[in-house]
Amino acid sequence: MRNSVFWGVILLVGIAFIAASRLLIVNEYFYFAGYVVLEYIVLSTAWNILGGYTGYTNFGTGAFFAVGAYSSAVLHKLPALLHGVFGWTIPPVPLPAMIVVGGIVSGAIGLGTGYLTLRLRGVFFAIATLAMSIVIQTLIVNWDFVGGSRGIYIIRPANAPLGGGYIQYLFSLMTLLVVVSIGIARSIERSRLGLGLAAIRDDEQAAEASGVPTLRLKLISTTISGGLMGMAGAPLPYYVTYLDPTSSFNLSYAVNSVAMPVIGGMQSWVGPLIGSILLGTIQQLATVTISSALNLLIVGVLLILFVIIAPNGIVGLVQSWRRKREAA
Amino acid sequence: MMPGGVMPGGVMPGGVMPGQTTEPLLEVKGLGKCFGGFVALDGIDLTIARGERLGLIGPNGSGKSTLVNCLCGTLHNETGSIVFAGKPLAGLIAHERTRMGLARSFQLPKPFHSMNLIDNIRIPLLYTVNARPGHHLTDAAIAERCDELLTHVNLADKARRRPRDLTQVEMRKLELARAVATQPTLLFADEAMAGLSHSEIEEILVVLMRLNEQGITIVLIEHIMSAVMSFSTRLVVLVAGHKIADGPPQEAIRNPEVEKAYLGE
Amino acid sequence: MFVSLDLLINAIVAGILLGGFYAAVSVGVTISFGMLDIANISQPAFILLGSYAAYVMNGLVGLDPILTGVVMTPAFFVLGMAVYRLYYYAFERRGEQAIQGLAFFFGLLFVGEVSLVLIFGVDYRFVEASYIGPSIHLGFVELPLRMLLPCVCSLIMIGALQLYLSRSFIGRAIQAVSQDGLALQLMAASPTKIKQIAFGISIATCAIAGSFLIIIQPVEPSIGRDYIGRIFAICVLGGMSSMPGMLLAAVLLGVVESITATFYGPSWAPAVGFGLLLITLAVRPAGLMGR
Repeated sequence: MRNSVFWGVILLVGIAFIAASRLLIVNEYFYFAGYVVLEYIVLSTAWNILGGYTGYTNFGTGAFFAVGAYSSAVLHKLPALLHGVFGWTIPPVPLPAMIVVGGIVSGAIGLGTGYLTLRLRGVFFAIATLAMSIVIQTLIVNWDFVGGSRGIYIIRPANAPLGGGYIQYLFSLMTLLVVVSIGIARSIERSRLGLGLAAIRDDEQAAEASGVPTLRLKLISTTISGGLMGMAGAPLPYYVTYLDPTSSFNLSYAVNSVAMPVIGGMQSWVGPLIGSILLGTIQQLATVTISSALNLLIVGVLLILFVIIAPNGIVGLVQSWRRKREAA
Repeated sequence: MMPGGVMPGGVMPGGVMPGQTTEPLLEVKGLGKCFGGFVALDGIDLTIARGERLGLIGPNGSGKSTLVNCLCGTLHNETGSIVFAGKPLAGLIAHERTRMGLARSFQLPKPFHSMNLIDNIRIPLLYTVNARPGHHLTDAAIAERCDELLTHVNLADKARRRPRDLTQVEMRKLELARAVATQPTLLFADEAMAGLSHSEIEEILVVLMRLNEQGITIVLIEHIMSAVMSFSTRLVVLVAGHKIADGPPQEAIRNPEVEKAYLGE
Repeated sequence: MFVSLDLLINAIVAGILLGGFYAAVSVGVTISFGMLDIANISQPAFILLGSYAAYVMNGLVGLDPILTGVVMTPAFFVLGMAVYRLYYYAFERRGEQAIQGLAFFFGLLFVGEVSLVLIFGVDYRFVEASYIGPSIHLGFVELPLRMLLPCVCSLIMIGALQLYLSRSFIGRAIQAVSQDGLALQLMAASPTKIKQIAFGISIATCAIAGSFLIIIQPVEPSIGRDYIGRIFAICVLGGMSSMPGMLLAAVLLGVVESITATFYGPSWAPAVGFGLLLITLAVRPAGLMGR
């Protein structure tokens, strides 16, 4: 399928999904839980651009995600600040704009982290992402403007732009982000960039010797990946209405964004989608019955099991099962 | 169009007209490389002329691969200068040197194992040939070129297979094909023949000779003396990071230092 | 001014003692990452396991934490060998990309932390011992015993390890395998067995380091995350496989953290280790005493 056709298809599917849910589903809980699953689709797809396509593991998903959330918090408080300090009156920043800004800020952080560490081996990049995650968390904990460790309360606007409740609006935006991230992922897969990233993943030295500008491509990959994660985080303040460092840097984002692509399959955009829908839905259902700690334990154990037994994920298992059937 | 170093119109990459043969292609002066306290290369001087077939030999650990790595930009040399086709290479990293016309195959083949052979060849075409100013190959031309290159190394029938389905000698040929795909002016063939049978060695030599006839300067790094002696127009011998001989093969071999290095005192 | 100097010197002294403790925490990674090239990011989970083991024994039978640590060392050694076995079987043997190995240890780290939460809850746990509380006073310099004792014991442990690595046959084999696995194979010693023992040792140190940790401060499962940056910063800064380098780096980190905490507040302390790591990676990846 040509790329432009694919974009058209997923956009239609996305819009249809939004419309159908608005017409058919009244249960608020669906929107709350569904938002989280959609969030994870974006995070996993974004993670996989650097992880599965390029071969570089990022353990700092929480940081990119939280930076997006906190940049929205800053923009939310900006009108009040400008009014207080300069006496200017500007309208509240619309959420789509916040999403774009969140993406830019997180993308810049991805670029920065990459620039510092991507010249070294992949292992050091992974450790550096863990490190960067804690550094950024510490910075935010000490930044009073966004509430520091006490957190900040965000009030949802009274009116949702597309009618209906505000949570439905957030749900719709996140669905569109899913469309965007999957579209970008597939475009990369099919492009010259994607081939270059795969060469880097397979053998970085050989790629470099074949003329691939490895550092530049890795930086592009990190920036896109980080940027998408930031976009996924931007609506968070309006979703939770109380934003604090402990919950926004929650380790569950880091683990899930690694586990979902690993379990789903890292070779293409399909794997993270399957992994996040599967794991995300299970977790949302499980949270009401078992404790969240036990929930995360299961995710961790599944991650370890899959990484050992089925390193190519569910997609890989399906593919090898199909190959065995053809051979038989 | 033939794959290899000769472009349409007879102009070689690096922009030099075929008639100009006086300027050396590669000039290395005082090249040094250390690993911690260990001196791998000590003040190496080397000149390579266009169209040469240079043999580079030496005992294990003498620094041959380190030399290639420094010249190609995989490793950073601490001292010395490298000038390629009149341009200094200092500060240029590996992929930039490849784009200038320096190619190498790896001692242990490093294929892109998640792709088929066609895509393995496509990478250097997309990222080296198409990255040079001037002509850009269309998708159709790239596909054609992949086919040609694979045919020249007798791998066309396995074009859609993955590297894991290849034999040792086929992997070596893929390595060479991938290096040749970059349309180099200078090619380093790093121990492409280790562990191969006599007929397989002949196969590789034929491929290399053909490339040289098309205008590619070749440096053959090898242990297999018969291959090196028959192939090379000049021989350079490296021992413990020093160049101890440099000249016509028969002369270099009779150098007492070389005999000592290979046979002991 | 006089008061500030007093404070500064105490901060430095506290930092040195802290650094001694950090060295105990990092020595395992110097072996597993520096010598064996295995990025064991789950090291903090094992250290916490050691801490909680000390807590349990202290609560049950009133056993001294450091003694518990020493007693648990063989068990942790076996555990370490088992983990290496699994890692080898799943990854090293297949030559898989680094990403799966990293995901494995990340999963271990995570499972470790969450398991501790499920068993012990998120409350802070502490041990009781006679040396937790009192301090030695040398003039205006205060040396809390709960910091001094772990620091001294840590130096003893590291000294013993260094002796073992440089004098014993297996120790020297470990150093050899870290430099050239092929040479070792030619000597007919099995690199896998040696690596297994080395990794076992690296986890065994966690039993003792964990006991130090719970002496120095109360623990709860999530504090492991703060230690990842510290440990790897110390390992990289120390030149990866050099014990003396690691010790120097640990003391340096301890002092910088202590000064930062004293003058800027403790909430900045975790960022110091990680910030130092990032700077080291960016500027001088070979470390202080590295190649």
